[in-house]
Amino acid sequence: MNTKLRACLGACAVGALSAGAAWAETTITVATVNNGDMIRMQGLMDDFNAQHPDIKVEWVTLEENVLRQRVTQDIATNGGQFDVMTIGTYEVPIWAGQDWLVPLTDMPEGYDADDFLPAIAGGLSKDGTLYAAPFYGESSMVMYRKDLMEKAGMEMPEAPTWDDIKKAAEAMTDKEAEVYGICLRGKAGWGENMAFLSAMANSYGARWFDEDWKAQFDQPEWKATLDTYMDLMTNYGPPGASTNGFNENLSLFQQGKCGMWIDATVAASFVTNPNDSSVADQVGFALAPDNGLGKRGNWLWAWSLGIPAGSDAKDAAKQFVAWATSKDYTALVASKEGWANVPPGTRTSLYENQEYLDAAPFAKMTLDSINSADPTAPTVDPVPYTGVQFVAIPEFAGIGTQVGQEFSAALAGQQTVEQALEKAQALTTDEMEAAGY
Amino acid sequence: MARASTPQKKAVATVAAWTIGLLIFFPILWTILTSFKTEADAIANPPKVLFFDWTLENYGVVQERSDYARYLWNSIVIAGGSTLLGLIVAIPAAWSMAFVPGKRTKDVLMWMLSTKMLPAVGVLYPIYLVMIRLGVLDTKGALIVVLMLINLPIIIWMLYTYFKEIPGEILEAARMDGASLREEILYILTPMAVPGIASTLLLNIILAWNEAFWTLNLTAAKAAPLTAFIASYSSPEGLFYAKLSAASTMAIAPILIMGWFSQKQLVRGLTFGAVK
Repeated sequence: MNTKLRACLGACAVGALSAGAAWAETTITVATVNNGDMIRMQGLMDDFNAQHPDIKVEWVTLEENVLRQRVTQDIATNGGQFDVMTIGTYEVPIWAGQDWLVPLTDMPEGYDADDFLPAIAGGLSKDGTLYAAPFYGESSMVMYRKDLMEKAGMEMPEAPTWDDIKKAAEAMTDKEAEVYGICLRGKAGWGENMAFLSAMANSYGARWFDEDWKAQFDQPEWKATLDTYMDLMTNYGPPGASTNGFNENLSLFQQGKCGMWIDATVAASFVTNPNDSSVADQVGFALAPDNGLGKRGNWLWAWSLGIPAGSDAKDAAKQFVAWATSKDYTALVASKEGWANVPPGTRTSLYENQEYLDAAPFAKMTLDSINSADPTAPTVDPVPYTGVQFVAIPEFAGIGTQVGQEFSAALAGQQTVEQALEKAQALTTDEMEAAGY
Repeated sequence: MARASTPQKKAVATVAAWTIGLLIFFPILWTILTSFKTEADAIANPPKVLFFDWTLENYGVVQERSDYARYLWNSIVIAGGSTLLGLIVAIPAAWSMAFVPGKRTKDVLMWMLSTKMLPAVGVLYPIYLVMIRLGVLDTKGALIVVLMLINLPIIIWMLYTYFKEIPGEILEAARMDGASLREEILYILTPMAVPGIASTLLLNIILAWNEAFWTLNLTAAKAAPLTAFIASYSSPEGLFYAKLSAASTMAIAPILIMGWFSQKQLVRGLTFGAVK
């Protein structure tokens, strides 16, 4: 090789290297769930790319249960496959306790973390430090058919009791016309029937554990909860309810087969959408029921963005989290897709925005529901855990699902309420003892 | 044929075959039909079979939201690569077991099969940790090796069965003519076993294409194949059945078409050696 050619090649190599350095691009991988708000964000990435041309975002969208397993596996083994993870209020306190998450302390100027709703931020913090930024928050509430209530000559109170719910269910049920007074979750799983039943139990003053971590299924409050649930479902519920989850009930409600449905506030936008729902203009909303004990039977959940401690692009990930959960992002969605489509339930300022309140008829109900849930004091008596419809300990996913199976079996008529509670008490006690509590 | 077949018997057999065939095909047919419905029609009760507003909207949405071509390419590379690698390992292995069996050959065959009896999740964490250590998580190469190992017992068993049908004398004759071991396997055995190898290849491509456990657990953004593409459209909170069906149809279409064109080899391969 002659000297000139060598010099030329050398110059080229140096040039290529320096150009590469100038265009150094950080790629971050974001793991997320398949829901409307997350998909919408993927469509608005141009805005982020314009602000951060040096950060490339790759998406991994997975079904909720698959995602939970994948991100848990990755963070527990320090796999480093994801730089931003979409996680819920159940994971955050546990993972923060293990030092698996990066604390979100030095966020960019103008981020205004104090604007997050206190109930939501409380569930995502440990010792006052935020470990994940809420992307959207949800609670649960009563959705009911205004036309059926009117036909029955009844009116739904804004804040009903379980007695009101029973009376309304009885009045609206017309089994011959395949209209069932009430549809509730029956499918077994800690995030399925147990989310509903744990929240309902709070309104009856029941708790999962006493302050010494002793299981409480042998207490009368749980019996009262299940008796009401079984009474409602066997007399006024749809057939085969023990396999119904969110989607099954959504389908029944949209087809006009449910008088009432108590479930996630996110359902409001589905059932009022005239493209999908045959009862879109007949849906009314009310707070989740109570039993006069000062606690309502609604839950609290926030899909949030957290950064695993094993990420090798923490700064870029933080930029992304800050962008996605900022006030500017809310304004961006509003400008492109309208105020009704902004991710709800995270920032106080959103609920002070008249344009939003005008566009989203369910906004006030969502806010009231979220504010009435307290993850640190979910039920009447004090508890040693945080979480409204779950107990934020690693063992809960397993225990909750097993207990859910017992309650689902009772709903299917395979055992009595007493038997289900007895088994729940025994299995919870065993599991907790084995876990060293 | 040993038994007389009357027209009545033939008719019964035909009806039975069609009924069973349709029953088996029904879920796929329903998925394809649902992919052309609106979300509201997809959950309609009673279900709408043919009379609904046919729409291509779901395919449009799926196409817009996901990079189908990238998932497809990953699927092709992973399924094809693991099958080819498997054949390279399995042909010599099956040759030795079929033509120069030792005292323990049967035990080795059984032992290989026994690895299929272990639930995959039992070895997920060891494999995951090894991959982190090697830095090969979310790479196509790692998945090719894992899927090859998962399917290897089946490949070896199938090839072993085919090779057993080939008279050993032919190979012996080649050896007498001075063929080396490599030449014997490459130029004598392999051409004679082509139908068997072809059906093994096809079946393993299908198995690797549809493999969901490992492909979901060991990939993230870069190496994710079509199984991850489907999983991204499933949602426990929201009725997106029509879009999910469109994604599923797009994911199974290539393998369904391939199976259609090669069904003769597939059936021949699967029934090969059944009639002695």
